[in-house]
Amino acid sequence: MKTSTTTGALLVTTFLAASAAMAQDAELIIESWRNDDLTIWQNKIIPAFEAEHPGIKVKFTPSAPAEYNAVLNSKLDAGSAGDIITCRPFDASLALYDAGHLADLSDIDGMSNFSSVAKSGWSTDDGSATYCVPMASVIHGFIYNKDAFDELGLSVPETEAEFFAALDAIKADGNYIPMAMGTNDQWEAATMGYNNIGPNYWKGEEGRNALIAGEQKLTDEAWVAPYRQMAKWGDYLGDGYEAQTYPDSQNIFTLGRAAIYPAGSWEISGFNAQADFAMGAFNPPVQNAGDTCYISDHTDIGIGMNAATSNPEAAKTFLNWVASSEFSNIFANELPGFFPLSNAAVELQDPLAQEFISWRAKCESSIRSTYQILSRGTPNLENETWNASVAVIKGAESPEDAGKRLQDGLASWYAPHQ
Amino acid sequence: MATPSKSGFKWHIVVFLAPAVIVYTAVMIYPLFATLRLSFYSEVEQERIWVGLQNFATLFGDAIWSEQFWNALGNNAWFFLIHMLVQNPIGIALAAILSSPKLRFSAFYRSAIFIPTILSFVIVGFAWKLILSPIWGIAPDMLDAIGLKFLYQPWLGKEEYALTTLSLVSVWQFVGIPMMLIYAALLSIPDEILEAGECDGITGLSAFFKIKLPLILPSIGIISVLTFVANFNAFDLIYAAQGALAGPDFSTDILGTFMYRTFFGFQLQLGDPHMGSTIASAMFGIILIGVCIYLFGIQRRLRNYQF
Repeated sequence: MKTSTTTGALLVTTFLAASAAMAQDAELIIESWRNDDLTIWQNKIIPAFEAEHPGIKVKFTPSAPAEYNAVLNSKLDAGSAGDIITCRPFDASLALYDAGHLADLSDIDGMSNFSSVAKSGWSTDDGSATYCVPMASVIHGFIYNKDAFDELGLSVPETEAEFFAALDAIKADGNYIPMAMGTNDQWEAATMGYNNIGPNYWKGEEGRNALIAGEQKLTDEAWVAPYRQMAKWGDYLGDGYEAQTYPDSQNIFTLGRAAIYPAGSWEISGFNAQADFAMGAFNPPVQNAGDTCYISDHTDIGIGMNAATSNPEAAKTFLNWVASSEFSNIFANELPGFFPLSNAAVELQDPLAQEFISWRAKCESSIRSTYQILSRGTPNLENETWNASVAVIKGAESPEDAGKRLQDGLASWYAPHQ
Repeated sequence: MATPSKSGFKWHIVVFLAPAVIVYTAVMIYPLFATLRLSFYSEVEQERIWVGLQNFATLFGDAIWSEQFWNALGNNAWFFLIHMLVQNPIGIALAAILSSPKLRFSAFYRSAIFIPTILSFVIVGFAWKLILSPIWGIAPDMLDAIGLKFLYQPWLGKEEYALTTLSLVSVWQFVGIPMMLIYAALLSIPDEILEAGECDGITGLSAFFKIKLPLILPSIGIISVLTFVANFNAFDLIYAAQGALAGPDFSTDILGTFMYRTFFGFQLQLGDPHMGSTIASAMFGIILIGVCIYLFGIQRRLRNYQF
């Protein structure tokens, strides 16, 4: 009896102490789809912030990438979402802002560190309000197995002809799968395929803006030609690529079984940890030697504030810190492959990440063609592009038919194309 | 304790029914009607407005929607057909074998066959994806070992095989349910009837087809209707194995995944609760019609034997 009273008393004091602590500390919960980054947030980013701001506790609670949008929308509607929301670029977040779920952040101090291009992913169509702090962009290109290239005496391809010559040489040698990509999960074909090689054909921003304005069509040569290249890819993918998933492709490449991996820069940290061979990267090969190269440098992650948060001041403090160069430095070096969008100068240490970011100097940057405005209607152009890219690689649909199908779908709801 | 007057209102009935009625209303009836109601609204400029049957007109009249809907319904029908043709006959056969008194270790077989039923869809989907994987899977190696490598295909990645493959995975998982129900029905057949049959010279297989099968027909009917409802509500296995886009090229898209994608959105496609509810209502209608056909058309013709 005696012991249980003591335990009871102890419990009461613990509760009191805990509630006293709760009253002082504002707790911020971050919603995110980056479950791969959990340890970096927990061990590096959050401790750095909490050391500077003792009164604020931060918790990073990611969900699976494919489910993030659905989970987040349900949580926001139910009022159970966290205080800080990691923002997908463009319409998904714009819809949240329009529905009053994301707060307008145009007037926080840190916003001045970003260019209007960086902010475009998270601003209203007229640019009057910005509702997420731009956090990072990802760059597309190809990562290759340097050891395999040396072994076969191949050099980095700069033109399309050299690219296919290299693929042929790897295939003829037979020791490596020429290119690691599957079509089971569909999105790689569109994201790492179509939107990776495409900007070289439609000349980056020039073509993308013309498409949005209705001056170019998806049936134009510039938009069909990437499909024509991808129709040839099928021969170079591994056996049974139709059922190969995204993690399968990652593993095939990092186990050293494939020579080339159509990539996004977000792969860098994972590949560095997994692969025990030297890796290099090259930007999407241009059609003819000497052509200007274009890359997809896609605004990918922003971070905003739940309008219904109970700690708006603490949340703004946190977002201002995310906009600072201190955060950019930690983030860029802990997560090589996610390139900060702020104007602050950032030193990158990882050689592969340096290679990717060096393309910003020699090539023209653009973002993925389907993301701004064009995926607002039904049928959804992004999802259709996944489907068309897969069909073209498998040879189930001709490049021209794919372009026509997408154009018809877009024209069915998008006024500038009608 | 006072004895309740005989003419008084029987409050205890209400009290005893209340928990079940309240819980069932809260988690089943209310959501069902809320979903039906939602399908008559649409959202314009952040406002929810009444649009009557317009959502249904879009679903069935607009080629973009109706093509997906008929594709999903067709796939669903195929999914159901495979279950009816494979799962239920195998279930019945297994039950017939298990109920044979000569079989040894029948308790072990019964448990072993039933265990997949209690596994999570995610585990089943993931395990089969790995087994069938062209890269790491054991399926290609096993076929190679018996010299049938040429039969191997990346089944889950081919439009023509993916749905059938997933249906068979689902059959593997759930074959224990018809087996158990039929097994119970077979055990309840009195030995006297079988012995009487034996006296008339009906034994072995013909005893099964002439005596047992007619007696378990009502159970087979119940199993068919359970399979129908479960198959047209299915979602989990397809989602776990192929994702919300139900690839390749929507060849495994069933009503459940179509509804999920529309309701909650996917990647850049924003969720549309109103069209999602419309699809859910259509699913409800299809299942309702199917069950009614069974109840009024078939079950009444089945005779129940009382022993």
